[in-house]
Amino acid sequence: MATDHELRLRERLTRLRSLNLLGGTRLSAELEKLQRQLERIQAGPTDEEIWRSVELARHQDRPYTLDYVERLFEDWVELHGDRGRADDAAVVIGIGRFEGRTVALIGNQKGRDIKERTKRNFGMAYPEGYRKAMRLMELAERHGFSLLSLVDIPGAYPGVAAEQHGQGGAIARSQALMSRLGVPIVTCVIGEGGSGGAIATALADRVLMQENAIYTVISPEGCAAILWRDASEAKKAAAAFKPDAVHCLELGVIDGIVPEPEGGAHTNPDEAARLLGESLREALEELESIPADELKRRRRAKFRSLGVYA
Amino acid sequence: MCPHCGHHFTMRARARIASLSDEGSFSEEAADLRSEDPLDFFDLRPYTERLAEAEMKTGLGEAMVIGQAVIDGNGCELAVMDFSFMGGSMGSVVGEKFSRACDSAAQRGVPLVSVTASGGARMQEGILSLMQLPKTVCAVEDLHDAGQPMISVMTHPTTAGVLASFASLGDVIVAEPGALLAFTGPRVVQQTTREKLPQDFGLAEQNLRFGHIDAIVPRPELRAYVSRLLRLFGSNGD
Repeated sequence: MATDHELRLRERLTRLRSLNLLGGTRLSAELEKLQRQLERIQAGPTDEEIWRSVELARHQDRPYTLDYVERLFEDWVELHGDRGRADDAAVVIGIGRFEGRTVALIGNQKGRDIKERTKRNFGMAYPEGYRKAMRLMELAERHGFSLLSLVDIPGAYPGVAAEQHGQGGAIARSQALMSRLGVPIVTCVIGEGGSGGAIATALADRVLMQENAIYTVISPEGCAAILWRDASEAKKAAAAFKPDAVHCLELGVIDGIVPEPEGGAHTNPDEAARLLGESLREALEELESIPADELKRRRRAKFRSLGVYA
Repeated sequence: MCPHCGHHFTMRARARIASLSDEGSFSEEAADLRSEDPLDFFDLRPYTERLAEAEMKTGLGEAMVIGQAVIDGNGCELAVMDFSFMGGSMGSVVGEKFSRACDSAAQRGVPLVSVTASGGARMQEGILSLMQLPKTVCAVEDLHDAGQPMISVMTHPTTAGVLASFASLGDVIVAEPGALLAFTGPRVVQQTTREKLPQDFGLAEQNLRFGHIDAIVPRPELRAYVSRLLRLFGSNGD
């Protein structure tokens, strides 16, 4: 099936190949990356490969936001609190030096051991987490810092207090604020892109996904429980709603796939970080020369074009 | 509405439009939009079969009806959801219709009134249904940039993806009494967390108490309430 994305990738490949003499290693790396994306799209992932992505995206050793920050940032300063009522540890915010520029970063953060997992609520944010993110977005806008967001959340926390504190409204307003920013925004889904909790910080100029990340409207278990009336049918649900990076690229939901080391990001976090850093830098470089109003206009136009109907 | 206890029964989209707008003023837009099946989605039954059945059952092409209307002499755009069509779930067509309603309002220089009733995003469209959240959010922001307000009327139920997108972005948000307005509904919260739920968990009354909505307006008073808002927003500089 020759999708628009396939055609666009082919076009870029041809263009890059004809520039072979001008570029050095960077160009050939880019070529290799595009070639690999094209091959995966042409093949199309099988149901088994989709489920493998679900497992890798949730792997307990998979690098989290702070693992990448440590490897990619200099002079990182983590900031805390939503300036209202709490500091949600499931969301990390801060500013740091990335490839020679100060950027603002928002990331979902899971815990490594049981103590940290509890502290970070298994990566599931409360409304306070989105308000904390919004506070950083405002800071970025004020000072002209580009905004990076790393998404890795099973879903927004489904609890009584979360509802009382306005979970739905917080997710809506976080997206609305992102649609108003005049600074470049790059998002990468680095693990689980779980539903409303994920989209709250993913209304970006460039949305990327790591090769084995997943992006879903509902967890495979949740979907199975509703449509199959049996949560153990999660594998079937995942095969049906296709949350893998290749399908997301085909549907136009993401702009590119970030390669991972063979076997998944957890097998070599340093290499995974290098590959992620490269993609983030490239995306930022493409965006930084675009005037604020134009960025905002294009960002909204992109999201307003998403959907398939007759 | 029950004349004895005041309970608000589900109201169909056409009946809602008739109850809010001046007689004969409604002119529907984008009525011919239909869902596709981009994922070839099949659970216990194919998505296309569910769609066909919903259209036969409801007489509607999708879970949202949009169009131009006049409420008590005030021109506006209406975007009204119908819970009977696949639980009012939001897929690509609902997102596109809402998006067009925002554009129509902006072009004609009138406010948008949305009436929601939805279980959330439509799972059968996978990640594309999640993308209707940012899509509708961007549409509201474009409407706001064009200087027009949005009045959001939340009816039972307004949950998940619709609550977490355009419905929560109204300049004024009103709800019907007893409506469930929650990102996560009580059953899932209970099952996941085993927490004891307060009696009015997620209901309009709790949302008002916690500051998430502006008012609870019983159905018979809704038209007058909305028309008062339309007059206030419209009289600035006219």
